[in-house]
Amino acid sequence: MEALIGQLFAGLSLGSVLLLAALGLSLTFGQMGVINMAHGEFMMAGAYTVFVVQGVVADAGLALVVSIPLGFLVGGLLGLLLEVLLIHRMYHRPLDTLLVTWGVALILQQVARDVFGAPNVDVKAPTWLSGGVDLGFTQVPAARLFILALSVAAVGALAVVLTRTSLGRRIRGVVQNRDLAETVGISTRDTDRLTFFIGSGLAGIAGVALTLLGSTGPTLGTNYIVDAFLVVVAGGIGQIKGTVIAAFGLGLMQATFEYSTTASLAKVAVFVVVVVFLQIRPQGIFSIRTRSLA
Amino acid sequence: MNTGLRRATRVTAFLSAAVLLVSACGSRTSDTSTGGTSGAASCVDTSGDSVKIGLLNSLSGTMAISEKTVNDSLNLAVEQINAKGGVLGKKLSVVTEDGASEPTVFAEKATKLISSDCVAAVFGGWTSSSRKAMLPVFEGANGLLFYPVQYEGLEASPNIFYTGATTNQQIVPALDYLKEKGVKTLFLVGSDYVFPRTANKIIQAYAKANGIEVKGEEYAPLGHTDFATIVNKLKGSGASAVFNTLNGDSNVAFFKEYKNAGLAAATTPVVSVSIAEEEVGGVGVDNLVGQLTAWNYYQTVDSPANKTFVEAFKAKYGATRVTSDPMEAAYTSLFLWQAMVEKAKSFAPNDVKNAAGGVSYDAPEGPVTVNGENHHIAKTALIGKVGADGLIHTEWSSGKPIEPDPFLKDYAWATGLSG
Repeated sequence: MEALIGQLFAGLSLGSVLLLAALGLSLTFGQMGVINMAHGEFMMAGAYTVFVVQGVVADAGLALVVSIPLGFLVGGLLGLLLEVLLIHRMYHRPLDTLLVTWGVALILQQVARDVFGAPNVDVKAPTWLSGGVDLGFTQVPAARLFILALSVAAVGALAVVLTRTSLGRRIRGVVQNRDLAETVGISTRDTDRLTFFIGSGLAGIAGVALTLLGSTGPTLGTNYIVDAFLVVVAGGIGQIKGTVIAAFGLGLMQATFEYSTTASLAKVAVFVVVVVFLQIRPQGIFSIRTRSLA
Repeated sequence: MNTGLRRATRVTAFLSAAVLLVSACGSRTSDTSTGGTSGAASCVDTSGDSVKIGLLNSLSGTMAISEKTVNDSLNLAVEQINAKGGVLGKKLSVVTEDGASEPTVFAEKATKLISSDCVAAVFGGWTSSSRKAMLPVFEGANGLLFYPVQYEGLEASPNIFYTGATTNQQIVPALDYLKEKGVKTLFLVGSDYVFPRTANKIIQAYAKANGIEVKGEEYAPLGHTDFATIVNKLKGSGASAVFNTLNGDSNVAFFKEYKNAGLAAATTPVVSVSIAEEEVGGVGVDNLVGQLTAWNYYQTVDSPANKTFVEAFKAKYGATRVTSDPMEAAYTSLFLWQAMVEKAKSFAPNDVKNAAGGVSYDAPEGPVTVNGENHHIAKTALIGKVGADGLIHTEWSSGKPIEPDPFLKDYAWATGLSG
């Protein structure tokens, strides 16, 4: 029984990690149609932000809290730079963006290697996040509980921005019908930039969270980028709720398969399930209905 | 403006495609040309006052993180040998090639080093797949490769010298140590590739013969980052020790998860065979304190040779740098080659091979001797414990060098493993 609950939690936790990694991507890829291979490197930048902050702030707990908004800013600004310099020149040319952003990803990895060195750096976990939390019936790792809460908070905040603010209305307007949005006076240029800033910023936050679980090194992003795209594609383009369901679904599936078989087989099984699912429903779990002709 | 830009990018795309195509063709022609020369006799040029050697490590790609450190210690050894007058009166001149973490690139660059640079010997390689890719190249062209990393054994090429540990100098002593400590149940965690799979086969055979129960054997794909499930299984198994053959970044995720799940080194120690000084910092000292490692060298080894080595290394590369087992094995390999060449009084691979047996060197890890039959070296096994200072301290030592036995011929329980 305890193993079952432990596995359930492992699945939810993996789901929350996938969700954090994929949330920003669901904005930039899902809403804007940009295949950004450098998304993983924005996560890496977020992770290194924690490392840098820890060099200044001695208390690991405070450093983590400070790093969350700072990581968002670092990721967001890198994204903004990428959008302004390169991506805006190649909207509607997904293959070109794929190649260009992949190149940018390699450059960013090398920059990290030159600045911080090739070996992984040690990011300390705050004492209140190491060890387990007793839930009465079982014990779960505190760091994973924190990441679960952080991902829920990130989704909540993004949902509020998209549905309750004028910026969110503009973003949704541009996604549904770019030409019409332009004719009613929305600056699609500004909206694109802001969307990309938020999406990349979310990658930064994901990077901050990942320092609690894994290694902080130049290749951190590459470990997650494929899974992140998988989540967005399975969830359906342009819908945050699809991303949420897909992330937790894939997380739980991976944990369940892995418990009954092995990690390698579970990965294969998850890929097979997603491929079969996309055969039946190519648009993903949810798809957006638009009247745009594009 | 817009169309101009679009045209510009289209042109760049075309150009880069063309470059790709040309470079692809280039590598293909070099492949075919090497096929013709591979059987030719050694072209090592010893007429001048210097002789060329090749350093072949991954300076880019995922393995660069580890292999750069080996490249550093190799360069230190070259510098020291040259400062003392070189080998047989000839200064070493280094040809460095990047294996780029790709076995095929390793094979290609090895061919280049032997056939077109005509180096006297090549030092490098890390992953078993890179070694296996280079093996036919060295055997075909009768070159010499010095391979500095512990590996899964079951190999003995006449053209390769293995200066890292084989299984009976690392894994078997670690199991002896655990048995001595009264460990009755084991859990095996490894990355999903050749070394952990072979190592675990050996561990299973040993456990069966020695009354140790293996509670679980789990593999994670290389680069796996989520160990919640594996640690869950480990926790549920109630095993009293863990044998860890994970590689690279997976170690970080595994040890963080292990700690988060409330497991501790005092109750469930983890013995790792791929975490050395260089990796401790990346995994985080906090996550590793008290955990065990199995190697043949630690920076803390107390010997005059090691003191000189560590001091020289830090003087050359900086006081914050550490020295590790593969780095030491690489450093030692160069001096072993020097001793072989001086014994043979010749740089020719056949003469060096014939002179190799019995050559010994007072290495930082202690005295090592080359086995003329299997080209491995006798080394002392050391079990270490990670300290709060981030260094590894010797807990247990085999006391004397263990003769290499890559096929585990002298172990009754291992019959059938090498087949």
